[in-house]
Amino acid sequence: MSRRDPAELRVRSTHASELLRGAPLEGRNAPAQLDQQRLEEERLEEYVRERVLTTTLEKAVAWARGNSFFPLGFGLACCAMEFFHAAGSRTDIARFGYEAVRASPRQADLIILSGRVSIKMAPIVRRLYDQMLEPKWAIAMGACCSSTGIFNNYALVPADRFMPIDVHVPGCPPRPEALMHGILKLRDMVQGHPQPSWRERYGAIGTEETPPTVGEDAS
Amino acid sequence: MTGTQTPASPLQSGLEISLEPLGEADGESRQLLSLNFGPHHPATHGVLRLLVTLEAEVVRDVKPIIGYVHTGIEKTAEDKSYWKVIPVVERMDYLSYYFNAMAYCGAVETLLEVEVPKRAEYLRVIHLELNRIASHLIWLGTSALDLGATSPFLYCLRDREQILDLFEMSSGQRMHTRFFQVGGVIEDIPAGFAKKLRSFLKEMPTRVDEYKALLYRNEIVLQRLRGICPLDAETLLSLGVTGPLLRAAGNPWDLRKASPYSSYEDFQFCIPVGSTGDNYDRLAVRIAEIYESVKIVTQALDGLPEGPYVTTDRKIALPPRHELATSMEALIHHFKLVTEGFRVPSGEVYFPIESPRGELGCFVRSDGSSKPVRVHMRDPSFVNLQALSHMTEGSYIADLIATIAMLDPILGGIDR
Repeated sequence: MSRRDPAELRVRSTHASELLRGAPLEGRNAPAQLDQQRLEEERLEEYVRERVLTTTLEKAVAWARGNSFFPLGFGLACCAMEFFHAAGSRTDIARFGYEAVRASPRQADLIILSGRVSIKMAPIVRRLYDQMLEPKWAIAMGACCSSTGIFNNYALVPADRFMPIDVHVPGCPPRPEALMHGILKLRDMVQGHPQPSWRERYGAIGTEETPPTVGEDAS
Repeated sequence: MTGTQTPASPLQSGLEISLEPLGEADGESRQLLSLNFGPHHPATHGVLRLLVTLEAEVVRDVKPIIGYVHTGIEKTAEDKSYWKVIPVVERMDYLSYYFNAMAYCGAVETLLEVEVPKRAEYLRVIHLELNRIASHLIWLGTSALDLGATSPFLYCLRDREQILDLFEMSSGQRMHTRFFQVGGVIEDIPAGFAKKLRSFLKEMPTRVDEYKALLYRNEIVLQRLRGICPLDAETLLSLGVTGPLLRAAGNPWDLRKASPYSSYEDFQFCIPVGSTGDNYDRLAVRIAEIYESVKIVTQALDGLPEGPYVTTDRKIALPPRHELATSMEALIHHFKLVTEGFRVPSGEVYFPIESPRGELGCFVRSDGSSKPVRVHMRDPSFVNLQALSHMTEGSYIADLIATIAMLDPILGGIDR
């Protein structure tokens, strides 16, 4: 595509007040005699329909959320290297707005389990997930944390056993492009079915555990 | 419910902090602070957990607590036939997968007394040294990140992508390629590989020059690394530390020279050594090693001999695909290898090689069957980690971060 002169496209910025006053417009859809007449009734409605996007607040928020995940900077094993590469310059996740990798779970809303989860590590992973604030999502990256992969032995545990996983990315390890695809699938999920709470998403309402209140008798 | 809750000790809980009084000195009351560092922490290079005892900002003791990525690889290996163990051991130290495979294949080849063709050995050297560069690049990028610099990370990943492209070309996978097999390599390098490799080899030294320009004259890097956490060669040796850490302290111990394997004796290269063994030397030694690896790969590519890329012993390596259609014998060999695998004469062997982190040795014991009785890896990260408390005692906690980075531990190798 060749570069085109903006003047040739006849695009110019319009101010909303100018628009309502019936100021001259040079857009493609501008009626011919607009500069002489004020925008009234039908024409005003047509104008607004062409230029104003209506949506619900819920959808708008979901759109924004899906385009700005804050992943937790969390690496377990081999897949973490491919996670690095997804953040690297070739498959640059910053293109989609996911580059703000956070060091603390309290600032993150996406945990990517990149690697194998051992039985010793599982409670810690769960704790990290619980420390993240709602809305939050989880991606199981690679075969190990989806199904223990090639190590079908005593040491590992699939992530589905102890926390809700939204997207599984297959591979051993998955390519950065595959992780990218997984995050975009998650984006579709977030934007298509905006259910922010994981308990709502996976039918776990009522399973909350509350710690005993301070000063209350434990019996 | 009855009974009172006992407070969790620092060992049980990930977040507890305990204070114990140290008595009064110079009119100030001092306390020791036990702090849990990890297992989730951006600077631990994995899921290392350290129980750090601090006096104000000064580190008094560091206890590594490991096992958070224990995968049971050694035990899994006992349940698989020899050739199926390779993919499992490759996933141990996940930055140096070719080295894991090399140590294991070398051990099994020693037991089998099989001769590896010269071309296969050269191909192995090419991939081993490329892997060393890739491993050092990740180390350099993440270490710079720990020191507060973001740009080297992106540059290092850019260069590492090129190496992974080469691996993908020769084996189809970026990581955990299973390119090495007992008796040689799995396939010859494809057309175009040599050309691409040459352009990479031409480019890489200039890239390392750029990294040096970024880091060596950076005042912050120098202040964070120079003279920080040194350890002399004797202490390191007594702790069993090998690799760049030992070489940074001035001991030129490198198994590629000391006991050459896989035709390393054919190549001309130097062993970079440091003088004081501080963090700066550890950085400098590894960066210098990248140049030497480029030299080795160039020589191996120039002198790549013609011939088979895998042993012609049909009892060990699969016959070529085209033979299966015409030769009954080849079909039988193929069937036996795929169903049962080859048998290895009973005995035990230890095969050490020089990985990017030090001496990586593989111990294999065989009872004459087609499965190993025991596979054990002497992983350099595991041994090197015990030097951490010796290095950091009396230093600041910020220097502890820099020292972990320069130690370059890979938790997949430590926990296995």
